[in-house]
Amino acid sequence: MSRRALEIAVGIFIALGIAALFMLAMKVSNLSAFDVKAGYTLTASFENIGGLKVRSPVRIGGVRIGRVVSIDYDSEHFEAIVMMSVDNRYNELPSDTEAGIYTAGLLGEQYIGLAPGGAEEFLRDGDRIDETQSAIILEKMIGNLLFDGASEGK
Amino acid sequence: MFLEKIQKLGRLGLTFFERIGRASFFLMQLLAGLPGLVVHFRLVVQQLYSIGVLSLAIILVSGATVGMVLGLQMYNTLIDFGAEESLGPTVALSLVRELGPVLSALLFSGRAGSAVTAEIGLMKATDQLSVMEMMAVDPIKRVAAPRFLAGLISLPLLTAMFSAVGILGSFFVGVGMLGVDDGAFWSQMQSKVDLHGDIYNGVIKSIAFGFVASWIAVFEGYDAVPTTEGVSRATTRTVVHTAFAVLGLDFVLTALMYGEE
Repeated sequence: MSRRALEIAVGIFIALGIAALFMLAMKVSNLSAFDVKAGYTLTASFENIGGLKVRSPVRIGGVRIGRVVSIDYDSEHFEAIVMMSVDNRYNELPSDTEAGIYTAGLLGEQYIGLAPGGAEEFLRDGDRIDETQSAIILEKMIGNLLFDGASEGK
Repeated sequence: MFLEKIQKLGRLGLTFFERIGRASFFLMQLLAGLPGLVVHFRLVVQQLYSIGVLSLAIILVSGATVGMVLGLQMYNTLIDFGAEESLGPTVALSLVRELGPVLSALLFSGRAGSAVTAEIGLMKATDQLSVMEMMAVDPIKRVAAPRFLAGLISLPLLTAMFSAVGILGSFFVGVGMLGVDDGAFWSQMQSKVDLHGDIYNGVIKSIAFGFVASWIAVFEGYDAVPTTEGVSRATTRTVVHTAFAVLGLDFVLTALMYGEE
């Protein structure tokens, strides 16, 4: 095999390898998906966050507008504090916006759903969402149902 | 009688650590020989061809087959839960995180590592290495280092191709033949597979495996008993030791990367 053919073969090999890596990065992983480039931060405290995780989506009307940046526990008020980053394009959320933790489908991932209120003021960077609704814990609900059913039967 | 057993065990231990020591010393010489390859990159290109390009066929065919089989099996399980859309993320995660790096490394050691060992072992058996030394050419720099570097470059590239082709194979089976929704297949995959957590870790794994597999292949050849039988044993050892090392290392790396989740 000539030198030239050999080098061409190696060149094709390396190009194929890089193309495969590129495909994995662009087509398979979430690189091309939603990512907050320039955003502002909001905090909200919940009694119970259920299965919410860092990087979980923040949605308004089902549209993804940001993601959870950090989750902390406030041992003074016994509440979970969730920090989320919201894209700058959506900077006109009323200040009495409500935040709740919902589940996508019956067994899907959990996300923060925002429901806008009617206030004239807008939420600014670092603001806190006061109206919150904790995650629904399925076991608790089933437990309550069973318990109520049993006490009614007496 | 009892003492003999103990003595045998002791000898085994000593041989083991002696080999580890020699292999480590050899590795240092090998790494010291790498900078010199910048000038003689020609040697590496030659090895990239015989180690990388010639492994393409087996890697691509295996990748596609593994992806197709995964797609078929996962579909049969997932359809019971009505969750056949999860086929994309399931296949992609298992390929990118585990199967891609490990299977590529095992195939690589069978296809390329054994050949490198046999080649260097035969060079040693036919005194070509001694001749080089007599001509003041360092055989580690001239023979071992280019093969090591070529293996180190090739395996991560081959692994990426394995995973990519595997995902395409499962796409072909899942979407093309079994009727999983095209959009859900990709969008679920993209929402579950993380660039840093999954793809990068897979690449790091394949680099680690490439390092170990090439090191073992080159060392076994260089350390082979210079007889026909010695070379054949060294070749076998390359494949067996690489398999052990890769599987063990994979467990450690997986525990380090995903253990905290």
